[in-house]
Amino acid sequence: MSFVPGMPVSVVVERIEIKKLCQGDNLILGFSIGGGIDQDPGQNPFSEDKSDKGIYVTRITPGGPAQDAGLRMGDKIMQVNGWDMTVVTHDQARKRLTKKNECVVRLLVTRKSLEQAVKHSMGSCQRP
Amino acid sequence: MDNESQYSGYSYKSSHSRSSRKHRERRDRHRSKSRDSSSRGDKSVTIQTPGEPLLDAESTRGDDRDDNWGETTTVVTGTSEHSISNEDLTRVTKDLEESTPLECKRFVGPALGGCLSFFALVTPLAFLILPQVLWRDALEPCGTPCEGLYVSLAFKLLVLLISSWALFLRPPRATLPRFFVFRCLLMVLVFLFVASYWLFYGVRVLEPRERDYRGIVEYAASLVDALLFIQYLALVLLEVRHLQPAFCLKVVRSTDGASKFYNVGHLSIQRAAVWVLDRYYSDFSVYNPALLNLPKSILSKKMTGFKVYSLDGNTNNSTGQSRAMIAAAARRRDNSHNEFYYEEAEMDRRVRKRKARLVVAVEEAFTHIKRLHEEEVASSPKHPREVMDPREAAQAIFAPMARAMQKYLRTTRQQAFHSMESILTHLQFCITHNMTPKAFLERYLSPGPTMQYQQQNGRGRQWTLVSEEPVTSALRQGLVFSLRRLDFSLVVTVTPLPFLRLGEEFIDPKSHKFVMRLQSETSV
Repeated sequence: MSFVPGMPVSVVVERIEIKKLCQGDNLILGFSIGGGIDQDPGQNPFSEDKSDKGIYVTRITPGGPAQDAGLRMGDKIMQVNGWDMTVVTHDQARKRLTKKNECVVRLLVTRKSLEQAVKHSMGSCQRP
Repeated sequence: MDNESQYSGYSYKSSHSRSSRKHRERRDRHRSKSRDSSSRGDKSVTIQTPGEPLLDAESTRGDDRDDNWGETTTVVTGTSEHSISNEDLTRVTKDLEESTPLECKRFVGPALGGCLSFFALVTPLAFLILPQVLWRDALEPCGTPCEGLYVSLAFKLLVLLISSWALFLRPPRATLPRFFVFRCLLMVLVFLFVASYWLFYGVRVLEPRERDYRGIVEYAASLVDALLFIQYLALVLLEVRHLQPAFCLKVVRSTDGASKFYNVGHLSIQRAAVWVLDRYYSDFSVYNPALLNLPKSILSKKMTGFKVYSLDGNTNNSTGQSRAMIAAAARRRDNSHNEFYYEEAEMDRRVRKRKARLVVAVEEAFTHIKRLHEEEVASSPKHPREVMDPREAAQAIFAPMARAMQKYLRTTRQQAFHSMESILTHLQFCITHNMTPKAFLERYLSPGPTMQYQQQNGRGRQWTLVSEEPVTSALRQGLVFSLRRLDFSLVVTVTPLPFLRLGEEFIDPKSHKFVMRLQSETSV
């Protein structure tokens, strides 16, 4: 998942669909995000490459909609409802996730174990 | 001697006669019951009305004390039934110098208590000595057990004597308007005990000339035990009970709003008043009448130029007129706050400037003298220095700072509290004790507590307790009383201290763990 500026990024992603939960006046998804192009990437505990300024999932509320949908801590969010999340500020990311008129967010997330799973399956496939 | 004063005198008098003891005991029971209710924190105030005839037909003994006793005056605090007050002649003359007249009634209480305690202490000895004196031959000899009892009796009396001296033998510090409830109770109790013991002794021992001396000694020992227990009761009632804080008193001075909060225990109103006054003299800054009012220039512009004419002839609508004037004045634009603000700022500046001058002058003055050490005495004969004692040294350096000091005191309106003489004395004091100029000035730069100026206020300690409840009733929530002097008063409000519910939470010391936080983490 190393990110070379100017070159296209290719990763293995998982599609996760989260339904927002109505809690009083707010619609919540049940996880916390960190990162962004205006933040310090060196403090990100989940990223492999410490210059990666993407949006990562830092905490999941147990029993919340995100956990039920299969989101895991440490996932990097690549897209939200079609909007790109690899080069956004923290606040923009928050806004895209918390739009009031959307009930469902469709995320494309990536994690290290996905790559390994794909490699594993490709490796096992290739064996004659 | 508990309830409203004139009756108390009679009640004491009636206690002399034996047949009225039943009356007295009944009244005592009433009194102690009512006190119990107040000590349980009842909300109701016990006002002790004299329901029974207090003067029995039998108690016709004309006491000399009668005339003085029956009046609503004074009893001394700080002493109890075992006390002997210091009736020093010197103190009497010092009291005469103050403008408050000496009241002989002030010493009746402690004198009574002293007599009673002396009587109580001498009684066991009398019990022992009388049979020996009167019918020695007929007494049965009593060996070792009696000697043991003698020893224990002697030590108990010694303990009684020492603890009475330690606890109760103090010069009185205040005179209360009404009698001190607990002390009167205890005096009555002591008198009861001793009188009943004498009665029993007279009937059972003196008359039939009892021969069992050991029994008599045991009897005396039991009296001393009872006295020790009464002293324990006195200790608890007079000294210990009011130590645990139960109420919060807010004391506000009526003229300038200086206020303090104090925690006290269960006291009666008059005792609480004495307690508050003790604290007042050392906590509150001295009352300065010159610092009170807004300058006249600001306030005088208030009601100019609004006259009301009544056109309807005789309609006597004065309230309507005044209301109209007040409404008009409220609507008018009022700029006096502006003037007040600028006046205050100007005043502050002036005070600060004078203070700076004063500090510099004093610092310079202090550099003119230095302390002469012993070894320097025989220094060079060519430059003989004049050796001065502190008084002369003070006078020598006072001159350069006098003017700055006077101007400063005048600006801060303190000139009434400090005379030249007092400043010189203070300077002498500071020089003697090697104080720095700042220490010397501490007294003048901030107004100290009233205690500091006591010598000037020679007349001062007459206070009037103003209260809507009888002053011997206990403190309770919502009580308000005030202590008045001639020109100001202290208003005291009573609130109970809140009940505290203390919970517990145990934190395992190993549970303190930390992680680094991402720079920002938003939950969505």
